[in-house]
Amino acid sequence: FWTNLAPITCGGGELQSGALSKAIDNKFGSLAKFQEIFNAKTAAVQGSGWGWLVYCPQDKGIKIMTMPNQDPVGSLGVVPLLGIDVWEHAYYLKYENRRPEYLQEIWKVVNWKNVEQRYAEATK
Amino acid sequence: MAEEKQDRFSLPALPFNKDALKDKGISQETIEYHYGKHHAGYVRKLNAADKEGKVPEGTLEDLIKKADGKIFNLAAQIWNHTFYWESMSADGGSCEETLNVAKKLKEDFGSVDEFLNQFKARAGAHFGSGWIWLSSNAEKKLVITDGHDAFNPLKDGLTPILTIDVWEHAYYVDQRNDRGKYIGNFVSLINWKKVEERFNALK
Repeated sequence: FWTNLAPITCGGGELQSGALSKAIDNKFGSLAKFQEIFNAKTAAVQGSGWGWLVYCPQDKGIKIMTMPNQDPVGSLGVVPLLGIDVWEHAYYLKYENRRPEYLQEIWKVVNWKNVEQRYAEATK
Repeated sequence: MAEEKQDRFSLPALPFNKDALKDKGISQETIEYHYGKHHAGYVRKLNAADKEGKVPEGTLEDLIKKADGKIFNLAAQIWNHTFYWESMSADGGSCEETLNVAKKLKEDFGSVDEFLNQFKARAGAHFGSGWIWLSSNAEKKLVITDGHDAFNPLKDGLTPILTIDVWEHAYYVDQRNDRGKYIGNFVSLINWKKVEERFNALK
């Protein structure tokens, strides 16, 4: 999770055009649409858990998954690219119970370079 | 024009003032979030689902026993939180030996202290969001059970008499990540009068 985040001054929130952005556009239509779907699924996690963007080697494609508690998405045979923690401790001090607001804002500090690196590794 | 359907479910009043528990570690701020936003939010969402025709007939307890998924979550969380507030009192914490529930705890756990040790241990060990319960089972034995998220022992045919909420929102404002401290505080808040009432009402 920490490697998935970066300050805005260090490129947080910016996805350069490349293999990953193409894959996101192909699968979801656009980055904005991807974020909308991701946020809806992740906000809907009951209790503690994570929202994930993963690469599925079987389907040779990316997809969004959610997992409860700390259950590792890697155990399902997919490669995690980006994870967003929605345990309450991740957002309660700043956003209190407003999880959807946290999810809107977190995209500003997503370290897309790191996500792209993971994608490049997974698709080698 | 069709009349707007009435709210079927309501948020019960808190059994104490919002700042009543502050000297024992649960601040007014926590109550305002926990009761005013979380608990109230579940009521609001279940009413919204009801107006969309998604909630079957029955009381909250019926829904807990029979429903699944989103409707179960909402109904159980409303019920669980009401039960939780009623399980606490500013002048709680002392379980008199003469109480019937004290005698039963002695019988089933060895002593009230031993019960509390086990209850605290289960609450501390529970991973993620959830609830820990003291209930009476089919053999009329008092047992501790716990489960994730909106877990409620009514679904398993048990009759609960005490609960503690271990979702992080229950303690993050006051104790941050120190769930152990919160659990210790909770024990000093247990409304044993209420627990005894629930115990005596067991059939």
